[in-house]
Amino acid sequence: MSKTSNINRVDGFAKVTGSATYSAEYKTPGVVYACLVGSTIAKGRVKTIDTKKAEWAPGVLAVITHLNVDKPSGYQKAKDKHNFGQPLQIFKDDSVLYYDQPIALVIADTFERMQYAASLIKADYFKEEHSTELQKAADKEKKVETDKGNDYHRGVHDGYKNAEVILEADYTIPTEVHNPMELANIIAKWDGNKPILYTKSQGVEGTRKSVAGVFGVPVEDVEVHSEYLGGAFGMGLHTWPYEIAALIGAKKLNRPVKLVLHREQMFTNVGFRPYTIQKMGLGATKAGKLTGLTHEAVAMTSSYEDFMEGTVNMSRFIYDCENVSTRYRIVPLDTCTPIWMRGPGEATGSFALECAMDEMAYKLNLDPIEFRKLNYAEKDLEQNKPWSSKYLLECYEGGMERIGWKNRKNEPGSVKEGEWLVGYGMGTGTFGCYRSPTSVKAKFLPDGNLVLQCSVNDMGPGTATMMTAIGAEITGLPAENVIIEMGKSGLPKGPTQGGSATTSSVGSAVHDACNLLVSKVLGLATENPALKGTPITDLTFANGIVSSTKDTAKTVALTSLLSANKLDGLEVENQSKGTEEAKKYSIYSFSVHFVKVLVNPNLGKIRLAHVVSCADIGTVINQKTSAGQMYGGAVGGIGMGLMEALEIDHRFGRPINNNFADYHVPVNADIEKQEVFFVNKKDPISNPMGTKGLGETALVGMAPAIANAVFNATGKRVRDLPITLDKIIETVKV
Amino acid sequence: MKNFQIIKALSSSSAVSNISKEKEAMFIAGGTNLVDLMKKNVVAPDKLVDITGLDLKKIEFLTGKVSIGALAKNSQVAEDASIKEKHPLLALALAAGASQQIRHMATVGGNMLQKTRCSYFYNTDMPCNKRTPKSGCGAIGGSNRMHAIFGASDSCIAVHPSDMCVALAALDATVLVEGPKGKRQIKFTDFHRLPGNTPEKDNTLENKELITSVEIPDNNFTKNVHYLKVRDRTSYAFALVSVAAALDIKNNVINDVRLAMGGVAHKPWRLTEAEEFLKGKTVSEEIFKKAADLSMKGAKAYGGNDFKLTLGPNAITEALTIAASK
Repeated sequence: MSKTSNINRVDGFAKVTGSATYSAEYKTPGVVYACLVGSTIAKGRVKTIDTKKAEWAPGVLAVITHLNVDKPSGYQKAKDKHNFGQPLQIFKDDSVLYYDQPIALVIADTFERMQYAASLIKADYFKEEHSTELQKAADKEKKVETDKGNDYHRGVHDGYKNAEVILEADYTIPTEVHNPMELANIIAKWDGNKPILYTKSQGVEGTRKSVAGVFGVPVEDVEVHSEYLGGAFGMGLHTWPYEIAALIGAKKLNRPVKLVLHREQMFTNVGFRPYTIQKMGLGATKAGKLTGLTHEAVAMTSSYEDFMEGTVNMSRFIYDCENVSTRYRIVPLDTCTPIWMRGPGEATGSFALECAMDEMAYKLNLDPIEFRKLNYAEKDLEQNKPWSSKYLLECYEGGMERIGWKNRKNEPGSVKEGEWLVGYGMGTGTFGCYRSPTSVKAKFLPDGNLVLQCSVNDMGPGTATMMTAIGAEITGLPAENVIIEMGKSGLPKGPTQGGSATTSSVGSAVHDACNLLVSKVLGLATENPALKGTPITDLTFANGIVSSTKDTAKTVALTSLLSANKLDGLEVENQSKGTEEAKKYSIYSFSVHFVKVLVNPNLGKIRLAHVVSCADIGTVINQKTSAGQMYGGAVGGIGMGLMEALEIDHRFGRPINNNFADYHVPVNADIEKQEVFFVNKKDPISNPMGTKGLGETALVGMAPAIANAVFNATGKRVRDLPITLDKIIETVKV
Repeated sequence: MKNFQIIKALSSSSAVSNISKEKEAMFIAGGTNLVDLMKKNVVAPDKLVDITGLDLKKIEFLTGKVSIGALAKNSQVAEDASIKEKHPLLALALAAGASQQIRHMATVGGNMLQKTRCSYFYNTDMPCNKRTPKSGCGAIGGSNRMHAIFGASDSCIAVHPSDMCVALAALDATVLVEGPKGKRQIKFTDFHRLPGNTPEKDNTLENKELITSVEIPDNNFTKNVHYLKVRDRTSYAFALVSVAAALDIKNNVINDVRLAMGGVAHKPWRLTEAEEFLKGKTVSEEIFKKAADLSMKGAKAYGGNDFKLTLGPNAITEALTIAASK
């Protein structure tokens, strides 16, 4: 990747000028406005719900509750109870499974009248005792026999206990919410029995399947548009009850229904990173060789779905260690179902693992990086496979140099700048490189422009820009001649956008389709009088012109080829997928986050003086969008480390800080200097471009880097996130 | 949101008379807090009297005092060259509040009348004596990290969230108001009140009175001043604890001093005992620490805000030290 490696974000202009159309912005004649009314208890049943005032309010078209809903046919096919591992079936019955669970849908002719009518709905409940606190619900802990839920053992079970030096510590992370700027939103309508959705989804094909299941219609009849997303961070990986509600409303009224969640509902109804308690046990020789590692996690889920993520997985392979045990349990609580939030379980797990590694390094009186190098994994011991590529050492080196690691002293609190205590910390991140079967259509138009089509979404990482760059690179066209069509059903089927897999999946498909298309062009050229007789191997295609490498005077333009052959364009649709060869390797991205903090121990104030994030993500397709993604992910990790926590008042089972004034995410002023750095070496195995994925590793490892830096500055080990100032001033002795 | 009427007032007296006629009528200026409260159904006025057209925006330097119109924008005051020169503490406090966008909308009078940020107050399904008298206090025994350590009651432990008001309390400002019964003046430190058994009343404004201006008497606090705001992120967050410190130092001796805290009480918390202690003393970290300890007399925490008992005196010492070093 050369001339296309730094192109501007192709949708940037549309986004910053407001011409990009987000789901709820589609101009839809006859659209009416809906909102959801939530329960005010966390568990129980609706005793009565008074909708009369709302129904009589001006402009109201419908009020739908469990009492009058036309239940989608898919509800009957599922078992009778909620609690069987299926998403919440909205308005199925009178049960209330979490606070703010939708109990009514109000639809009116204007937004304002809809809002007013919704405020008139009052419900009474049969209250039941709710359980929202993970620490107090350990008796409900359950093991789920799946890939993620199964226990893992290598060598001696809990072998760390036999080591010369032992570290045991517990770590907790609170509930965090995705809350992208763009609210969850949908315009739902029906064309006869065919549902049409303009919705915020990270997976067009996944949304089609869910909706088809709920309404009992063929998947191919579900039309989904989700062309632009204002961030999602994982919340768009689920089809949520609000989407089904809008479709129910649209069906009842036979009109398009627009539903946009309130910001408060974004904290209660569309998933979150689950509160998780982790236990770490590390064993090492006095010389610093890890001999045992046990990682246990207990995470919350909802009462009606088993949500699991890869919280303990990283501990199985990231370090060279003979005896490894991991256990993962979930606890059903009376909340909405969690959903993967950027970095997902790996970010949670790395907080425990990478803090424990730092704590062990202190026990051994070793530099934390030295300790990691002593336990560097030359191959993946979990899968017993070689790495496809691994430039983690380069990440360590690059980060150490940029952050000024040489200025770090192992003794906590021993470096000062004026009155500020200085601390340095780091944390390692990793994430698997996945590739799913993806179809792309590549098509030359009569004017020579290239169209690339795929149903994949672009929630912000720059998928369209990546597709443009790869398409331009393969076809030799300038990037401005590439047109992307994506984010809607009916296009060749792309993957769900998640798990850092989009470039590997979609980029490869673009790569392959474009190569096939170029071959087709060259094939036509050999038949053209201008190049007749030139062997195809002597032909090149660039800037829309086929020419002979042997005789540069011999050329023909693509547009001439098309018109000469009376072609209305030239296209290839192709499905690409991973190779058998790739299965022989363990393919992971790696990242290391470095942090320099300045701490005022009297005020507990933590300043992020310098943050450096280094990553081995294979080939970097686009420096700008990759750097943007890395900055953003790192900031997400900073939020996780220093401020994000959904606080619940467990007496009521309700969130307390369900707004952006009280739920803090970092602002510009919080980060004084931030850098990113990519090793940018091609992975020989992963896919044709040699990329490995970035979205998750941009966040994984940041929170422990901060915690470790705070310890280095203050001697205060904070094992429960976020590291707010009260946790610093409590015990710091000045 | 329920339907409401909005009218534009042409004069202070017409604003007052318009609002006096209606039970559920309220003034609106910048609306940076009121609109949120209406959206959340915390307040539901039938009528709003828009006072933004009134001639109350001027900052005037008069003999012995400055008069700041109630409708002067927070950003206008914070960036006024003469305010920065003569009352830098006020400029610093204003700049520490909210965001630039909000400061462009928010007025001085509105800032004084902003409601607490207590979560229970904002969530109409939760108990809150301030919002719904006799419904109980959710914050006691609940989430109270932001809450009061001074002057709270069993009815309410909410704090007043303003930064500007902490500086105005320190600077001995006076509030000028106009109401159905005419004009009157209120000492700034008497303007906000403690909750007692009537936390629904934030201040001592009488029914339908309109704030017209705030006056600050001239002082010598032009150099050694600091507004320290301790919060959970560097910008756009309410204070956990804030300290307004102003010193008039001559030959390293404290000639005069003003000290007030924010984020610790139902009103800006003036530290008069510490002020008296510091007067006439030679500047040293030791006396600042003693003043800080004196200031914490009677402090009481509620679990989530226990850290304020440590943070409070630390912040006072820090603010005084920074002010003295300027």
